[in-house]
Amino acid sequence: MKHIAIGILGAATLGLMASAASAATLDTVKAKGFIQCGVSTGLAGFSAPDDKGDWQGIDADFCRAVAAAVFGDGSKVKFTPLSAKERFTALQSGEIDILSRNTTWTINRDTALGLNFIGVTYYDGQGFMINAKKLPGVNSALQLSGAAVCVQSGTTTELNLADYFKANKMEYNPVVFEKLEEVNAAYDAGRCDVYTTDQSGLYGIRLTLGSPADHVVLPEIISKEPLGPAVRQGDDQWYHIVKWTYFALLQAEELGITKANVDEMKNSASPEIKRVLGQEADTKIGTDLGVSNDWVVNIVKAVGNYGEMFERNVGSGSPLKIARGINALWTKGGLQYAPPIR
Amino acid sequence: MASQEVLREEPSRGSFINDPKIRGIFFQVLVVVLLVAGVWWIAHNVIDNLTRLRIASGFGFLKGRAGFDISESAIAYSSDSTYGRAILVGLINTVIVAIVGIITATIIGFVIGIGRLSQNWLIRKICTVYVEVFRNIPPLLVIFFWYSGVLAVLPAPRDSIGLPFGSFLNQRGFYFPRAVWGDGSWLIFVALLVGIAMAWFVARRARQRQMATGQQFPVFWTSAALIVGLPLLAYALSGFPLSFDYPKQSTFNLTGGFQVRPEFLSLYLALSCYTAAFIAEIVRAGIRGVSAGQTEAAGALGLRSGSILRLVVVPQAMRIVIPPLTSQYLNLTKNSSLAIAIGYPDLTATAGTVLNQTGQAVEGVVIMMVIYLAISLLTSLVMNWFNAKMALVER
Repeated sequence: MKHIAIGILGAATLGLMASAASAATLDTVKAKGFIQCGVSTGLAGFSAPDDKGDWQGIDADFCRAVAAAVFGDGSKVKFTPLSAKERFTALQSGEIDILSRNTTWTINRDTALGLNFIGVTYYDGQGFMINAKKLPGVNSALQLSGAAVCVQSGTTTELNLADYFKANKMEYNPVVFEKLEEVNAAYDAGRCDVYTTDQSGLYGIRLTLGSPADHVVLPEIISKEPLGPAVRQGDDQWYHIVKWTYFALLQAEELGITKANVDEMKNSASPEIKRVLGQEADTKIGTDLGVSNDWVVNIVKAVGNYGEMFERNVGSGSPLKIARGINALWTKGGLQYAPPIR
Repeated sequence: MASQEVLREEPSRGSFINDPKIRGIFFQVLVVVLLVAGVWWIAHNVIDNLTRLRIASGFGFLKGRAGFDISESAIAYSSDSTYGRAILVGLINTVIVAIVGIITATIIGFVIGIGRLSQNWLIRKICTVYVEVFRNIPPLLVIFFWYSGVLAVLPAPRDSIGLPFGSFLNQRGFYFPRAVWGDGSWLIFVALLVGIAMAWFVARRARQRQMATGQQFPVFWTSAALIVGLPLLAYALSGFPLSFDYPKQSTFNLTGGFQVRPEFLSLYLALSCYTAAFIAEIVRAGIRGVSAGQTEAAGALGLRSGSILRLVVVPQAMRIVIPPLTSQYLNLTKNSSLAIAIGYPDLTATAGTVLNQTGQAVEGVVIMMVIYLAISLLTSLVMNWFNAKMALVER
């Protein structure tokens, strides 16, 4: 019901908003003093509240990085948990400033939905998870014909699933829920044989199940799921701030700037590091973007560089233990690549 | 009368402003103008803002390829069908659960309602407990009770509970053999229709005869023989064309047969049980609303208690019962949108998915509201017609 409420709210907001051009997002964000960040309702490693109620994960940290760039303080973020169905309406209607919620970048979302994705903070792909104890002998997704498949509604996952089974001439029973928790509960209770979502998500969800060791993620990856934050169209300044925050995280990792050494790096002999950290004389890189010149310092102080953010939330420093893989920097054979900050 | 007319005309001669009639028209016109202007303003702003935010608008998306599958569909649907068809599938699913739910709720409701007035202490108390329990729990909880509490704890497909006639019950739903009609089975359906028509005719003639002569005719047994016997005869004549497709165990689930999914089952049971509690109270109120003198008079004429209920009390009670019954039917239909919590693909769920896949929230919500409005108005229309038919005809 909640998505309908938000839908109506969105419709009402769109209906009642004065037709005058809305103020720039940066100005409204500065005026209210925090960034409203749309996250998931709880996906380990990406955005999930910890035992103290603080949001943890790559997606949550990304919003902190933007807050650090804008305010110099990574804590000036408020989080709005959103279901898959609510997320776009919430961004379109202005309820949130950034949608950082393991959302796949597609052309339709960039065009028809009036969004702008700023980049790919996590390269993912859709996978399948089964209960190996109940289904011994199944070790490939191609053996899944006739299975009941649990999936969250309103996602690209739901569409890829239909495409994959159709392309491989297999039958399946979709068991579709609106909320992640409902899908988890249904899979755990045995309502379906297979759980499908982004592979990173499967690893996270497996940890929350009754007996994680019984479940295996099948080797097939059936789609490209580039996950990234999105903003509204029509506000280039805000778009650039969010986009370059992401690039700054990558650049910091490439240059070896970490949360621990950022202060000493300010005095580095390398002109590139000095430029990125805003230590160049009369630099205007930060102010041209609409933030302070030490914005990269603030970002790294708040959340570390991209690599630190990754390892802390989904990598070796987390229970998920996901390898960097294609999410490594381009210098290490991955896909993460930032244009130069100069 | 004369003095009243004088009083009413007096002030109107002074000015238009004080004329209540003109003032009434003025305010009605004003309200209509404001309403139209308000709606126009909102619609205009929506279109304006959608364009400004570069969000696609219009209803053209309904012709696009849906790309997602729906678990239950009464009509042919695949991921290649259009968004419009996906919404239609949802609409049909809503209508199915509403109709089946309304029928069941009415039956349970009447039984419980009459049971609450029973002479038997145990029956009376059981019915009271039923009403008080289901009436005081929110329908969403009743749905969860059936879904998570009853159906989810059933065994996995491998250890299905075997039931008579080759049917099975497990946590994936209720499976029973599906009838496969062979060649010549049309004859059976024709025979069934002929049987029903003849039974109706016999009942009519028997009634006329009873009215005219007072003689009774065993209508029930004749009708039963006609409705059951004729199709059976046709079945034998056409060479026994009926066979069954039994559910069988396969790798993951039971295949074959007919599957009733737990999502449908729990929604249907929950809506029926919940609404039945309200209907029971309405029925009880209706029966209590018929004056005791009617029952006593009928008893004085020598009618037995069953006949009193059937011929005297219930027909009069119906006139009291039908109008509030309509509201309950509407409630049940609208409550079916709670299906979204357990993943039954009703209108709210499928239209919501379409809304999200296309991102056209305004259009999606408008479509949902219009369809629910249409269903409700249609239900009211049918019930009003039924009410008019049952109403006391004064001669």
